[in-house]
Amino acid sequence: MEYIPNILFAIVLILGIGYFVKNVKKLSRNIKLGKDLDVSDNKPQRWKNMAYIALGQSKMVKRPIAGLLHIIVYVGFVIINIEVLEIILDGLFGTHRIGLKVLPTSVYGFLIGSFEILAALVFVTVVIFWLRRNVIKLKRFLSAEMKGWPKNDGNFILYFEMVLMTLFLVMNATDTTFQSLDSGNVISQFISPLFSGLSEGTLHIIERAAWWLHIVGILVFLNYLYFSKHLHILLAFPNTYYGKLTPKGQFPNNPTVTKEVQLMMDPNADPFATPAEDENAAEPEKFGASDVQDLSWLNLLNAYTCTECGRCTSECPANLTGKKLSPRKIMMDTRDRLEEVGKNIDANGGKFVDDGKQLLGDYITNEELWACTSCNACVEACPVSIDPLNIIMQMRQYLVMEQSAAPMELNNMMTNIENNGAPWPYNQMDRLKWKDE
Amino acid sequence: MSEQLNVPTMEQMMAEGKNPEYLFWVGSAGAFDDRAKKITKAFVKLLNKANVDFAVLGTEESDSGDAAKRAGNEFLFQMQAVTNIEVMNMYEVKKIITTDPHDYNTIKNEYPGLGGNYEVFHHTEFLSQLISQGKLKVKESEFKGKKVTFHDPCYLGRANEVFEAPRDLIQTLGVDFKEMKRNQRHSLCCGAGGAQMFKEPEKGDKDINVLRTEDALETDPKVIITACPFCNTMMTDGVKAKEKEAEIDVMDIAELIANTQE
Repeated sequence: MEYIPNILFAIVLILGIGYFVKNVKKLSRNIKLGKDLDVSDNKPQRWKNMAYIALGQSKMVKRPIAGLLHIIVYVGFVIINIEVLEIILDGLFGTHRIGLKVLPTSVYGFLIGSFEILAALVFVTVVIFWLRRNVIKLKRFLSAEMKGWPKNDGNFILYFEMVLMTLFLVMNATDTTFQSLDSGNVISQFISPLFSGLSEGTLHIIERAAWWLHIVGILVFLNYLYFSKHLHILLAFPNTYYGKLTPKGQFPNNPTVTKEVQLMMDPNADPFATPAEDENAAEPEKFGASDVQDLSWLNLLNAYTCTECGRCTSECPANLTGKKLSPRKIMMDTRDRLEEVGKNIDANGGKFVDDGKQLLGDYITNEELWACTSCNACVEACPVSIDPLNIIMQMRQYLVMEQSAAPMELNNMMTNIENNGAPWPYNQMDRLKWKDE
Repeated sequence: MSEQLNVPTMEQMMAEGKNPEYLFWVGSAGAFDDRAKKITKAFVKLLNKANVDFAVLGTEESDSGDAAKRAGNEFLFQMQAVTNIEVMNMYEVKKIITTDPHDYNTIKNEYPGLGGNYEVFHHTEFLSQLISQGKLKVKESEFKGKKVTFHDPCYLGRANEVFEAPRDLIQTLGVDFKEMKRNQRHSLCCGAGGAQMFKEPEKGDKDINVLRTEDALETDPKVIITACPFCNTMMTDGVKAKEKEAEIDVMDIAELIANTQE
């Protein structure tokens, strides 16, 4: 009988981690639906970027207030989670504060004391975050794409963190043995008077309840990640590692097009040759992207990494002047469509069955795509190296090269370039006239 | 401009058995847009002044394909690029200077993958070099002591991280330079990039160039300095929209420097 809590704990732990692993596999499967992309170059620079941008939060602090608040939660999250190790060991072995058995009281007290201070700081910070979203109403949290689930998602995460921090502090405050040590109860000593007058038994029940709710809460939160925007706490690391290294202005040259152009320019190619009949020949490759499977896996990793902070949108010239384009929405749409495709695959025994929908049109409209000035402000603004512009450009390629659906003025511009080598209808032979004017 | 500009073409140079050190890539805007042509000429005046060994492609130059690429027509872009690369490689071009940040970006970053490898300079970088090497002397500007501001072209600044060269040049003019609140890495687009120059904007509550002009007006400038023919057009239109064209000039750095020369 005395092992029941241990067994129960082990089951909860296995379920919690098992379900998380299952979803991580799904996440990885979905990301791999994207096209291949070679990112094996320049590893030292990539590690450096990950260290500076993700670990070092270098781009977060470009906005000092949000950046500082974020660092508190980030550091708190990472450090307080050391405590989870003790909780897991206690849970499995039926011990109580196993750390005290292996560490000197002063060291243990120092550790728990630091966790308590951080927990209190995180709690205050999370309250400020909540106020920014719900009372101060910062503009970037109010855009059209932030209505409904994305808004609730943001708040749920904050409530989760408030509750988890509270449970940690209450757990310490109601632990009479811990309080009597008088080492490390930096914050909880001020909470424990709230529980004075309660019997030893009641205190023990509250302490146990807080302990269980805390660890179960952490496991639930871990599993909530997959269903929320909050995946960035994990994906920011690979995403900054794989982030673009070339100058921002350098857009990749579409290799499918290069093949075609080479064929056209090759003087030895027979222009009238019929394509060789090959039963195994792959379907001709599509130009550009109309759905998530046409994008690269990095575009898809970007989409899952986005935490909807909206810094991109708040610096987008199109969005600032009231156009429909919002780079954040491009990322959210890509993720939502990818999730839809993933569910479709799960429901159809591992194979995608055409659902008559696609990213273009059903999620992202032509109007949004044509409003982009390709200025890279969104790419610069992203604290975790997401590139919404790359997706926009691939979708424009599909619109123009597969559908000839460019706005009329752009078609005129392109016809002019084709006919007379300039975007305007001037004669190529007049190209040096400026010299004598 | 009354004085005679010396603008040799690659073809002429080749006929004379010469291979100039630099190709001046004029670009479609620089060759055809009325406002941009003035910038082209001002820059050539400076090249002549500093005795730079250069030539242009003239009628052998074709559009860089930048606008086509950003509009999504990768096919047209690559055709243009391959055609231009063929011509430039035939003339054994090694170094290119251009006054258009869009062409600068595409030739510098996107042509190499298609067989065109050149050392590419934006005219602000090049002028800055000429001055520091003592090949070009800048005299006091007509706007000495007057307030000026600078609009970073996206494809020069954010896209290629050239922030210092234009600012160094402005410093030589003896003007009172004031940054806009959004500058350098965080500069706001003028609204022309991504092929927007060639189409009407989507529905919104303001034009981007007007918003950017408002940023500029906050610094109370006598001159809004640009370094891109498209930015120049957009800012000029923005100033007109704000009915400030009588008080504020929109000028390229090359023009301001050329005006200090006799």
